[in-house]
Amino acid sequence: MNKVIEMRGIVKNYQMGELEVRALRGIDLEIVSGEFVAIMGASGSGKSTLMNIIGCLDVHSEGEYYLDGENIQDMEADDFAEIRNVKIGFVFQGFNLLARTTALENVELPLLYNKSVKMREVVTKAEAALKLVGLGDRMDHDPSQLSGGQQQRVAIARALVNNPALILADEPTGNLDSRTSVEVMKLFQDLNDKGITIVLVTHERDIAEYAQRKVVLKDGHKIEDSPITKRRIAATDLQNIPEEG
Amino acid sequence: MRLLVLLKIALKSILKNKMRSFLTSLGIIIGVCSVIVMVGVGQGSQQKIEDSISSLGTNLILVFPNYSRVGGVTSSRSSRQSLKADDPQYLAENGEFILAASGSIRSRQQVVGGDSNWNTEVEGVDPGYLTIKSWAIESGTFFTERDNKSKKKVCVLGKTVADALFPNTDAVGQRLRIGNKPFMIIGVLTEKGETAMGNDQDDIILAPTKTVLTRLRGRDYLNQIYVSAINEDAIEAAQAEVTYLLQQKHGIEAGEADDFIVRTQTEITDMASETSKTLTLLLAAIAGVSLVVGGIGIMNIMLVSVTERTREIGIRLAIGARSNDVLRQFLYEAITLSLAGGFLGIMLAFGISSFMNRFTEINTVINPQIVMVAALFSGAVGIFFGYYPARKAARLNPIDALRYE
Repeated sequence: MNKVIEMRGIVKNYQMGELEVRALRGIDLEIVSGEFVAIMGASGSGKSTLMNIIGCLDVHSEGEYYLDGENIQDMEADDFAEIRNVKIGFVFQGFNLLARTTALENVELPLLYNKSVKMREVVTKAEAALKLVGLGDRMDHDPSQLSGGQQQRVAIARALVNNPALILADEPTGNLDSRTSVEVMKLFQDLNDKGITIVLVTHERDIAEYAQRKVVLKDGHKIEDSPITKRRIAATDLQNIPEEG
Repeated sequence: MRLLVLLKIALKSILKNKMRSFLTSLGIIIGVCSVIVMVGVGQGSQQKIEDSISSLGTNLILVFPNYSRVGGVTSSRSSRQSLKADDPQYLAENGEFILAASGSIRSRQQVVGGDSNWNTEVEGVDPGYLTIKSWAIESGTFFTERDNKSKKKVCVLGKTVADALFPNTDAVGQRLRIGNKPFMIIGVLTEKGETAMGNDQDDIILAPTKTVLTRLRGRDYLNQIYVSAINEDAIEAAQAEVTYLLQQKHGIEAGEADDFIVRTQTEITDMASETSKTLTLLLAAIAGVSLVVGGIGIMNIMLVSVTERTREIGIRLAIGARSNDVLRQFLYEAITLSLAGGFLGIMLAFGISSFMNRFTEINTVINPQIVMVAALFSGAVGIFFGYYPARKAARLNPIDALRYE
């Protein structure tokens, strides 16, 4: 299997004033293509730092990190931008859509920054991604006209649109009610079934159980890395949650 | 990212805040507009001065008395008594390149005629004066050299004076009193209109030089002499000739300083344009300052905008914008704002200048070069004052920018 993420001895130190914060103290992690991994941990465990490093938003202090076979160490700022554009799709807790910009235009954004996409393909690709997340009929709506769940779907479509090797979701259900959360997890499971690699950062145990494998961090160390034994299937759970009326 | 896409993004965010964008551009609009209008006013006045100098006469050469220097004391030019009453006639008779010559002695006088009185300019001139000024007689005749020689008390009225004193009757043949001396009116001049400075050229009475000198002023020297060259190509030759003839007549030996100055019309025009060029430059500089102030306004709003849109910048960086893309996005926004301001400023300047030309005394000339310069300058202002905020945006850390509330 093709390794999407390969980390060896990742250390991250921050300087906060006088104080040196050791956020990560030697993490080894391998994620292969097609996996659905939940990264868990309490706040301060280092999971956000790890996610920033995986997403090339931040650079580690020590260790080695190969993303899709490429050594991150050798790269410069513009290369990171290209990785974030092409290889990684971000989904955030707060959706992070551009306000007063339609769903379609929000999904088009990563394509506009992608040099290998031709201008005439932009709209068709964005439309396809929105249809995939079930928002084919809401393309002209502004984020303010969409519900939280729909906004998160737009964000997921935006993450998908450049066919990334990895979708990186940071607390994607944090701002959603329980039924919408399960709906979003169903979407992730559907996408994962189609072979898309997903890394989910969450502190909610029941959300993590929709993944195949969980990695638990504590104080910058990896304390657990195991398959999920009783995996929850979102499609089944949805039938047991009454629709809001 | 592609240029067109970036321009589209810039335009979109400008249109999202229409009022703010307009107020931001207003500085540039006013700046560009005032540069063009100010320079237009300067050049308009320059053109007017040049026109009025050329309206002084055709192929004109002017002779002034030179500064007099007695025992190390230099007195003013007009105090010099070197130009004599018979100098013009001498020049006209002996000059090969000289078409006509006339002395000039001016003074303001109270004149009484008909049933009213009038304060006007009385100018003593020679018969050649009409030729030099390309002026003509409307009714009656002009005085001759014989009238001049015999110091006859005759005069010719400008249109304004004739209308003021004899509104309903023909002035020719009437009498009037200039400074208590009775004069016979022998002619009325055609209407000449106003000068650049708004002086009424028809508010004048012409009388023979020698009459004015002896009867009115009691002196024997002129203020200046007008000379007209036979044609445009002969002006320099005529200038040399005037100098030579006057040196001869005034008995000035070689090496001695002339007691007169000879200037051609071009030389006088050049001096006058020099002054108004300085004025134009000064106006342009003041207007330029307002353009810079407009640029600072753009910088200010762009800085606010970068802070306000920190989250947007974070999102863009997270989904793959390079910092150069962010830099260009904000830079293009600033340039678009200032170029649009420049364009509106040019439109406004055209409006104001045609308004001024139609409804005010001020004449403006819009110079296409200045319009180009103003447009380019407004673009440059956008780049200069947009770069710092854009760089600030581009240097944001994506993690911090995403967390920004």
